[in-house]
Amino acid sequence: MSSPGELKSSSSELDLDRPNIEDYLPSGASIQEPHGKPRLRDLLDISPTLTEAAGAIVDDSFTRCFKSNPPEPWNWNIYLFPLWCCGVVIRYFILFPIRVIVLTIGWIIFLSSFIPVHFLLKGHDKLRTKLERCLVELICSFFVASWTGVVKYHGPRPSIRPKQVFVANHTSMIDFIILEQMTAFAVIMQKHPGWVGLLQSTILESVGCIWFNRTEAKDREIVAKKLRDHVQGADNNPLLIFPEGTCVNNHYTVMFKKGAFELGCTVCPVAIKQSFTMHLLQLMTSWAVVCDVWYLEPQTLRPGETPIEFAERVRDIISVRAGLKKVPWDGYLKYSRPSPKHREGKQQNFAESVLRRLEEK
Amino acid sequence: MGNTSSMLTQYDIEEVQQHCNHAFSQQEIVSLYQRFCQLDRNYGGFISGEEFLSVPEFAVNPLSLRLLRMLDGLNFKEFVAFLSAFSPRATLQEKIDFIFKVYDSDGNGKVTFDDMLDVLRDLTGSFISAQQREQVLTHVLEEAGYSKDSLLILSDFVKILENSGVKMEVEVPVD
Repeated sequence: MSSPGELKSSSSELDLDRPNIEDYLPSGASIQEPHGKPRLRDLLDISPTLTEAAGAIVDDSFTRCFKSNPPEPWNWNIYLFPLWCCGVVIRYFILFPIRVIVLTIGWIIFLSSFIPVHFLLKGHDKLRTKLERCLVELICSFFVASWTGVVKYHGPRPSIRPKQVFVANHTSMIDFIILEQMTAFAVIMQKHPGWVGLLQSTILESVGCIWFNRTEAKDREIVAKKLRDHVQGADNNPLLIFPEGTCVNNHYTVMFKKGAFELGCTVCPVAIKQSFTMHLLQLMTSWAVVCDVWYLEPQTLRPGETPIEFAERVRDIISVRAGLKKVPWDGYLKYSRPSPKHREGKQQNFAESVLRRLEEK
Repeated sequence: MGNTSSMLTQYDIEEVQQHCNHAFSQQEIVSLYQRFCQLDRNYGGFISGEEFLSVPEFAVNPLSLRLLRMLDGLNFKEFVAFLSAFSPRATLQEKIDFIFKVYDSDGNGKVTFDDMLDVLRDLTGSFISAQQREQVLTHVLEEAGYSKDSLLILSDFVKILENSGVKMEVEVPVD
């Protein structure tokens, strides 16, 4: 379940209308337009392209998005070391068992109420949905409690109404549970095999979650239709989409997939920041999960705005609030190669400049 | 809590520095080593072509496939040596030498008309016709006093490029 996401378009079909990558990348080689007829040295000098290639090998924005940042070690000081040892003892021998117990109790309570509710209240759909919603929120609260989650929610709590969709940035599985604890969202997520798949098809199905399979193209239309149906229903749980389609670390946002932004709904941005910024909190990280959640101003498609532009605008809002850097990459590049389109753009620029200079007499 | 940089000893760093003619400082070598480990996803001790192509910014580069011939399967020392041409400390001669190697596909020290045409094709793709490419290249070669059949050697490249303001510098991020 690690990658709830949105699936509407494949990376290749998105390339046509997506923002220009060059706008984001540092222009390492300044392209001053040379004039006059091309000379041999102009054609042979491939240093700008080579510099770009070497620059990408040394450091690149895409890899940085998925690099996990190890917490800075603070225990290397000899005076702090005994303190750290105490911490290990407390964390592993006291906190850890307590957490396991909390979680076990949570599951026992959850399952012993969920199973009867799910099977016995077949006739009373309304009551059943309501109870199941509460129970899912409950088990998620147990999860958060078991990691000593310190979560601050800002802004109004999401309401249930048709024609709205929530979008959030996505760092890890934790996001999903933290949001779910407050509101039983219906989430779009990748279908998983095994016992996670079993949880998906029983418990999460009951709050209206929708599954997709990244690798299956046929799947897309079916899911898109399910999405449209879901947002029309007045009593359905609010829909939550992680439009990045993959997990990104807590410093960056990758391109949003446009599916969520072409449903014709109000889009409510949710910014999540797992904040490890202050030194004191850094010290706490191994002890607790500290996290901020902001429910932001709902946005609608402006006249004349394309879904892509809309998606970018919402990404802006979330990135600013959560203090994330935007990069122009599609998160699915983790699974596939960039389309030749990007390379062709570079080739076209070079070719045109050569041709233009040829015509100058 | 281990730090990856602690895996390189002072001796290792000095050895690598010598191998690349001191093009990088010790801190830069440490940074490059971290990057190397990050790219070497299979922990094989070398970076395969596949692994290089998993960097999208590299994969979209028009010369990526050509460079891959030089890059495929590099170990750390070779990796640093490859990048040393892009160090601000490398001389112009070294940079031009690198460019020459990119052109010289068979490594025999001579660049043929076809070699140059190949690179030009990589750079322009389908946006210039093959015929036009050949025309342009023949034209500029003749203008510079060569012909279609000339074999260019390194000293020719130095002569051609030394005054054209070749700027090949990549900064290694050091934290």
